[in-house]
Amino acid sequence: MSTPLPVRNAAQPETGPRRAARLPRLLEGIPSHAGMSFAEHLALHGPLPVWRRHARGAEHPLIAQVEQAGLRGRGGAGFPTAVKMRAVAASRGRPVVVVNAAEGEPASLKDRTLTQTLPHLILDGAMLAAHALGAGEIVVSVCESARASAESIAEAISERGSPRRGSPRTRLTTVPAHYVAGQESALVNYLNGAPAIPTSTPPMVFKQGVARRPTLLSNAETLAHLALIARHGPGWFRELGTPSQPGSTLVTLSGPVSRPGVYEIEYGASLDSLIEAAGGTIGRPRAALLGGYGGSWVGGERLHGLRLADEHLAAHGASLGAGVVLLLSESACPVAETTRLMRWLASQSARQCGPCIHGLNAITASLQEIAGASAQPNMHERLTRLAALVRGRGACAHPDGAARMLLTAIQAFGPEFQDHARHGPCEGCLRPGELPLPATTPPRAASAKPLRRPSTLHEPAALSQ
Amino acid sequence: MCAELLPERIALDDWGYPVIDGRPLEPTLVENAKRAAAACPTFALLLEREPYSRSS
Repeated sequence: MSTPLPVRNAAQPETGPRRAARLPRLLEGIPSHAGMSFAEHLALHGPLPVWRRHARGAEHPLIAQVEQAGLRGRGGAGFPTAVKMRAVAASRGRPVVVVNAAEGEPASLKDRTLTQTLPHLILDGAMLAAHALGAGEIVVSVCESARASAESIAEAISERGSPRRGSPRTRLTTVPAHYVAGQESALVNYLNGAPAIPTSTPPMVFKQGVARRPTLLSNAETLAHLALIARHGPGWFRELGTPSQPGSTLVTLSGPVSRPGVYEIEYGASLDSLIEAAGGTIGRPRAALLGGYGGSWVGGERLHGLRLADEHLAAHGASLGAGVVLLLSESACPVAETTRLMRWLASQSARQCGPCIHGLNAITASLQEIAGASAQPNMHERLTRLAALVRGRGACAHPDGAARMLLTAIQAFGPEFQDHARHGPCEGCLRPGELPLPATTPPRAASAKPLRRPSTLHEPAALSQ
Repeated sequence: MCAELLPERIALDDWGYPVIDGRPLEPTLVENAKRAAAACPTFALLLEREPYSRSS
């Protein structure tokens, strides 16, 4: 989105037997203009915690704190942070910490918000992780189109002064804006001078990442939570949220509400309470897209009473993912939006893997036929088969996300799809689309061409070695 | 190419890309599987040795 949405404070947690637990946490004291200065940050949160020198060779105590807190990544995959840290600690070489604030997800603004207004929380978290792992370098990666974020981080780095002898250096990089650029291996590839597209071949980045060093790559918000866990402890962190999804998290609420924007909620909060904090809906939402553009559609009739925790969303085939809560307005056409989105996801393919390139294009073509009433019979079977055909067959999870978005759309909007297949475009189809779909394109892979259909074998292949 | 060398485990999708049946190979198929993996021009196929498991 070109202009940042206004940021509001938290949706209040539901009433319950929790004495001191309250929101906001990350967003406490968030300034309305410019970033929070280093002095203000220290006055609010206190100094960066320092541990006494622990026994040589023993694991840094912070990692156990992160494990007990149950902190999981906030970039969408939800991987346990302590497990990641331990994998880096167990690898050979001086580690690197990468702060992933690329945020290529168009409907997500939380990382932009943090980098712009609360950069020191992120830098604290990165520094704590770097000390715990003995890292020599911290790289903060922001989207190249997010200029305010870049300026804010640069300013914050200079406010903190030169690192003491032995402390890690921090540098800022900008990365391209296309969708898959923020994927873990894509970002590391870019930092190593290659195109910003994913690889699935070994080694994993925790083993060999930036400059072939063990690399902890974490979402900016994850590290911000780490900065507070280090100060207040895992028990404090777990006072909010659910046992299986502890803590608070940032969500980006957009669509027909009075005050769209970034909100901090505790896991398990109801969608109703979030919408209430945002001043209520304008009209009756047609549906919600949860998690991100590779996430899940949930029909409007299911939104009331929905709880924002993966254990509750699973019943609807959804998860919170990168915290995207995108409401579709009453007058929008879900078939048109699904088609637009699929076309965009197809354009965001890194074009490395045949099933992704061909599959997403084929799905888009089928959706266009349905939307225009020129569909073959058995379209439902065709789409379901194509979705199953692309899942798990790419170098990254991009086709999996597209398949999930498609299947949940078919599930949520069955009657609408049938209606379009029979009668063609509806009134909603003629309106401009609601989902923001920026015109960015991934770079071509170094070896550009996808494989062609293999020719008939004339001779038996020789065994190698 | 791979689908022709190991049709018992490799089928082709709508666009000619391999769809792999990931079940463990019978011993009689291992030789053909090695040829299929060796023949792949992009080294996309990998033979993995699984530890023998006695668990139920």
